[in-house]
Amino acid sequence: MSHIPLSETPADWRIVAGGDRCLIIAFGDRVDIATSLRVQAAAAHFLAHPLNGVTDIVPAFTTLALHYDPSAYGPEDAPFDVLSAAIDGALRAGLPAVATGGRTIEIPVCYDGTFAPDLDDVAMRCGIEREDVIARHGASELIVCTFFFSPGTPFAVGLDPTLSVPRRKTPRTRVPKGSVAIANNQATVYTLETPGGWSIIGRTPMRFFDLAQTPPVRLRLGDRLRFVPISQAEYAALDAGAQTWA
Amino acid sequence: MGMMRVIKPGPLSTLQDLGRTGYQQFGVPVNGAMDNDAHRRANALVGNAPEVATLECTLQGPVLRFERDALIAITGGDLDARVDDVALPRDCAVLLRAGVTVHFGARRTGARAYLAVSGGFDVPMVMGSRSTFVRAGYGGFEGRALQRDDRVPTGAPAVPYRGLLRLMVQAGVPFAAAPVVPWPMPDAGDAVVTLRVVAGPQWAAFSPTSHTAFAELGYKIDSRSDRMGYRLSGEPLALAAPLEMISEGTPFGTVQVPPDGQPIVLMADRQTAGGYPKIAYVASVDLPQLAQAMPEDVVRFHLVSLAHAQHLAQQRAADLARFAAAAAATLESIAH
Repeated sequence: MSHIPLSETPADWRIVAGGDRCLIIAFGDRVDIATSLRVQAAAAHFLAHPLNGVTDIVPAFTTLALHYDPSAYGPEDAPFDVLSAAIDGALRAGLPAVATGGRTIEIPVCYDGTFAPDLDDVAMRCGIEREDVIARHGASELIVCTFFFSPGTPFAVGLDPTLSVPRRKTPRTRVPKGSVAIANNQATVYTLETPGGWSIIGRTPMRFFDLAQTPPVRLRLGDRLRFVPISQAEYAALDAGAQTWA
Repeated sequence: MGMMRVIKPGPLSTLQDLGRTGYQQFGVPVNGAMDNDAHRRANALVGNAPEVATLECTLQGPVLRFERDALIAITGGDLDARVDDVALPRDCAVLLRAGVTVHFGARRTGARAYLAVSGGFDVPMVMGSRSTFVRAGYGGFEGRALQRDDRVPTGAPAVPYRGLLRLMVQAGVPFAAAPVVPWPMPDAGDAVVTLRVVAGPQWAAFSPTSHTAFAELGYKIDSRSDRMGYRLSGEPLALAAPLEMISEGTPFGTVQVPPDGQPIVLMADRQTAGGYPKIAYVASVDLPQLAQAMPEDVVRFHLVSLAHAQHLAQQRAADLARFAAAAAATLESIAH
C-alpha cells in the first residue's frame, strides 16, 4: 500500500460500518447513472481483487456493501480499520471506469388488460394517455444499477421523468412473476411472484432467473433495458416457448 | 448412502447451511441457519465440516426415521427429541440404530433445533449452497420445507464410530450417546433477551427520545416474526427530521425502522438490500440468541462499540474452533 501516492484532495467517498460484519462504501447521495457507474467500477474491482475476509459484495444505487468475516483478521487487528484502509488505498489509486450500454436487452412487454392493472392510473397521475406511458417507458434510457428484492430483480435508472410516480399507498400481497413496474423514477420487472408496491404497467414472458444458467441471473449491471410492446397473442406464443437464455 | 424418512414434518423443517454467499450481487439472499453457532456445533459433533447442511427444526420438531444406523447430533433449542419415550441427549453425538423413530415433542426452550447427520444430507448444491429458500423454491430438499413421506438421502458417515456401535449392540439399546461436549453459552430460555448492538449509519438522525427508548426500554417480539425478519413492538422510534433513504446492502442483524416506528431485525432470509433507516445492527455474536427467542419474549438493546463487537466476533470464532477440537477428540474416543 505504501507505494500508492495518496491524493491530497479529500476522498469523495465515505466508508461506514454496517455492523461488525459489513462495511458500506458510499459514493454519493443521489440516484443517478454517474454515481452508479462509480459503484459498478468499485464492484468490478473488488470482485477481481478480493479483499481479505470479504465473502459477498452488494452494489446498490449509491453504495457498495462488502460483507466480511472479522475472524479472518488477527486478534490484534481492528478488522474494520484494516479493511477501510485497504479500500481507501484502492480507491485513491483510481479504478478503471466501466462503460454503460455494453449490451442492450430488449424486453417484450404486453401492456394489455389484466397484465397492466395500474397503467390507466399512471397515465392519469402523469396527465398523459396510456399510449404515451407505453411509448415513454420504451424510449427511456434505462440502465441496470442494482439487483435486490428477489433473485435477479433489476432496478433500472433513467426512466422518462414525466413518468414519475411514487410507490402505491397500499402494496399488493401478490404480484405475478413477469410484472413490469415503475416507481420512484425507476423501472423493474418482478422475477418471482411476491408482494409488491410498485405500479404495474405490463407483463413480460421473458425469464430473468433460471437456476439452469450460470450465473442464474440474466441481466448484468450496466445493461441497457429496452421495453418493446407486444400483443397478447405474441405474449402467449413467447410464454409457451423457451424463455431462457444461454 | 443412507436415507432419512419423514414420518411427520413439523411446521417448518428445512435444510440449511452457512448460507449462499457470493450471489448477493445478483439479488440472491443468503439464507442459511438462523442460529449459526448451533448449526456449526451440530456438524462438529458428528465430524462434519461447518458448511455441511443440517436440519433446522422450528418450534415443533418432526418425526424421523433413518433407514440405516446414523450418527446424529442435536443442538440449539430443546424441542424434546425422544426415541421410544427416552429423551435423546443433546450437544453430543448419538448413534441411532437403523429403523428407530425419533420423535420431537413439545418445545421446551429456544425456537430452533439443529439436527446434523454424519456425512450430511445429500441434496444438490444450488449456487454453492444447500440452504433452502422456501419463498423462491430452491435449495435444500426440493426447494421446500420437509413434508410427510419425504425420503432425504444422507451421505456416507464422515467418521468411524465402531466403539459407540459396540456399546449400542452389546447393551441392546436403540441408541448410544457419546459424551456431551460443553458449550459455555446458554442456548435460550430467558424471556428477556439482551442483545448487544452497534449504532447504525442513521443512529444520529433519530430523535433523542428514540435513542433513550431504544437503549432503555424493551421491545417485544411480534408473532409475525419469521426467517426473514423479527418484528418488534414497543415505543415507536422516530427520526428527528425526514430523511431521504436509498436502498443499500443489509447484513444479518440489521435493525431497520419503517415509517410506523416499530423496528424490524433482518434475519437469514432477508433481502440483500433495503431502504429503511438503520438505527443499529445486532452484534453478530448475539444473533444466535435472537434466533432462539420466541414471540412475546422481550428484547433489550445494549450499545457497544464496533471494535468491541468485532473483538467478540473473533472470540466466538475461537470458541467455536475449540469446540470443534473437543468434539473431534470425543469422536476419536468412540471410533474404535
